[in-house]
Amino acid sequence: MTDIGSSLGYGFIASLMQVVLVAIGGPLLMGLMAKVRARAEGRVGAPIYQPLRDLRKLMAKEGLRARYSSVVLAAAPLVVLGSTTLAVAISPLVTTHPLLSASSDLFVIVYLLLTGSITMALAGLDTGTAFGGMGSSRAITIGALAEPALLVAVIALSIQARTSNLPTIVADTITHPVWTSTPTRLLALVALVIVVIAETGRLPVDNPNTHLELTMIHEAMTLEYAGSDLGLITLGAAMRLGLLFTLLVNLFVPWGVATGSSVLGLLAAVVFLVLKTSLLAVVVSLIEVHSAKLRLFRVPELLAGGFVLAVLAVITELVTR
Amino acid sequence: MSAPLRTIDLSREALHDRVKQELESGYRLALVAAHDDGDCLRVVYVLTSGPPDQRLELIVRLDPHDPRVPTLSDISFPASRFERQMHDTFGIVPEGHPFLRPLVRHSHWPEYWYPMRHDAGPTPAMAHDGVPYPFIEVKGDGVYEIPVGPVHAGLIEPGHFRFSVVGETILKLTARLWFVHRGVERMFQGVDVRDGVQIAERISGDTAVGHGLAYCMAVEEAQGIDVPQDARVIRSMLLELERIYNHVGDIGAMCSDVSFGVAHARAMVIREKLFRLNESVTGHRLLRGSIFPGLTSVRRLPTHAELNTIASEFSELIEFITSNSVVTDRFEGTAVLLADDARAIGTLGVVARASGLQVDARHSHPYASIGSAFRLITQSQGDVLGRFTQRSEEVINSLDVIREFIGFSPDLENTATLSKSGPMSGFGVVEGWRGSIVHRVELDEAGLVSRCCIADPSFFNWPALATSLTDTMVPDFPLVNKSFNLSYAGNDL
Repeated sequence: MTDIGSSLGYGFIASLMQVVLVAIGGPLLMGLMAKVRARAEGRVGAPIYQPLRDLRKLMAKEGLRARYSSVVLAAAPLVVLGSTTLAVAISPLVTTHPLLSASSDLFVIVYLLLTGSITMALAGLDTGTAFGGMGSSRAITIGALAEPALLVAVIALSIQARTSNLPTIVADTITHPVWTSTPTRLLALVALVIVVIAETGRLPVDNPNTHLELTMIHEAMTLEYAGSDLGLITLGAAMRLGLLFTLLVNLFVPWGVATGSSVLGLLAAVVFLVLKTSLLAVVVSLIEVHSAKLRLFRVPELLAGGFVLAVLAVITELVTR
Repeated sequence: MSAPLRTIDLSREALHDRVKQELESGYRLALVAAHDDGDCLRVVYVLTSGPPDQRLELIVRLDPHDPRVPTLSDISFPASRFERQMHDTFGIVPEGHPFLRPLVRHSHWPEYWYPMRHDAGPTPAMAHDGVPYPFIEVKGDGVYEIPVGPVHAGLIEPGHFRFSVVGETILKLTARLWFVHRGVERMFQGVDVRDGVQIAERISGDTAVGHGLAYCMAVEEAQGIDVPQDARVIRSMLLELERIYNHVGDIGAMCSDVSFGVAHARAMVIREKLFRLNESVTGHRLLRGSIFPGLTSVRRLPTHAELNTIASEFSELIEFITSNSVVTDRFEGTAVLLADDARAIGTLGVVARASGLQVDARHSHPYASIGSAFRLITQSQGDVLGRFTQRSEEVINSLDVIREFIGFSPDLENTATLSKSGPMSGFGVVEGWRGSIVHRVELDEAGLVSRCCIADPSFFNWPALATSLTDTMVPDFPLVNKSFNLSYAGNDL
């Protein structure tokens, strides 16, 4: 009884830490990426914590909703934030024993993320504006190609670990460091990097900083949002970025993730995680700085490439095991 | 130095055939200027051709109570737009016009109020009449409309774009402009010729030299002033400085629209250096205040060292941009404007040359007729990459032209005396950085401006943007729009 109780307590503390860390760290990662871009362009740039200030500003503002909108528009920010928060809480971010770790299946995480994407697309359609519908259509097109690639890439890892439970995959990778340099892992890594870039709306797929409505994907769906609703959406997007970046580093460079049950281990894991994700953010933004936005019809080619790599990862694993 | 001019009074009936004959012999319709003389309405059709530099003015006088002209829309597309403009502002009816929709007039203007008539009076109360603009609706399965503007997200001018789209492919674009109609031509009426420069330099803020010079040339012809060669050299040099800073800005903006931020930032650094050079040469970053009727003055000439620095930084930038395969992929084959379409529409300037048309007022109507550095550059493909390359090659050539001008070491201050015995009407044509700008000025007995009629190249080029976009996809529109970079203010007047 005490064992379950303590692990429940540990899991609760760990999950709470993960949520707080990603809620603060996600916006900071965005700030860091904006900073790297600014420096590369020869600007000083806003401080790294600027996205957090923006969130505080948005949350303090009055929420305005379009006159002819339905409950979808109102509920979407909560659904997006809620599904992302749940995914963050149960994923192996700082520990391999978060709350509900038995349910932390790769399919659960992928579908939680998908819930957010679909809700956002519905919200884009809800006000009936041309931009919102355009954004939703593009987001679904890209999502429909990115989600399978994500799923297949993680399946490659799960075949290796013989489980689809993410915490177990991460824990097993720590005990089998040789896995990280197998062809399966490398192929899946490239596939996942492509998917993460597409899913988080970064260049060369989408430009989060553009003001050109006609070129927007994710931003077009949020155009009708203002005030605290926009704050929740923005926080949701930042947490999604934080979650995907963290999962990416933990699946491929899992060292530092707490496998025991000591609180000190958790704190050390947080430090490792911050370093790893910051490094990834800097690398991704350097890729961004030196690339331009792809022609919209080239994006499916890129994602199809990601999917093929993911399938190759699965085949490689099946052949070499 | 001004072009050989032929002025011909015509009857209404003879107009159509005469214009047709002149267009076939190589003239282009540069301007249609209507005038209200009180007892009659006078329409001046200005046709130009060159080289050799030639000008023909056909004048038709109309009864103010029954102002009708035969439409020229069947022989000249630009004429059809000038006619719609005349119809809105003067109430002159082009008989047989197939598409006589409002152009300048927005629906809140009182009907039958013609602001350019002498008895128009003060601007009446404006009220929306509730009639939406009759956009042509494209019907069919899956066709939907995207309305954009007139208020845009960026710091750009107002214009409404109505896209008819299937999926992501544009079937048709209609641009509804004239949201920044300020009554510029009316503003010129009754001002002192020198004060008119202030207005001309502000017609389109990025074309201070182009419009300022075209206005001054027109006034100088009207007053019979012969401008000394040194002044012509200085003026032409300022025109090239304006071309360079705008082209560099456009190249940066095109990179920004494909989210290639680093290249955009580097272009803006070069543009800032050019602004500072402009300031030290003329005292104004946008080159204002150096050209007045009969007067030209600059503080100093650019040095070879300054020009060389800009040339080498610019060449590096172009190398950096064109070596990025994603950028060239976005540019290549996007929004092709075919040469035949460009010619039929009457496209001018950079856009026309990028489609292979040899149109350049520096070539057809030379102003400072010296030097060999100037080359008439054209591209063949007519896509976004063509317009990009056209700009980058023009920048390099303009730097060469300026180097040559410096070599003549012209006097910094030039004054010409007013003879006050000119023909009282004059015409100026200048190859501004967007394309050929024309001004036609008439002076009254007191020497004040009685009418200044303006045609910015954007007026000719806006329909070409819509044409080039057919079968282009929606997310490429901002890039294509930037590759044209037409002026709203210059068009709307």
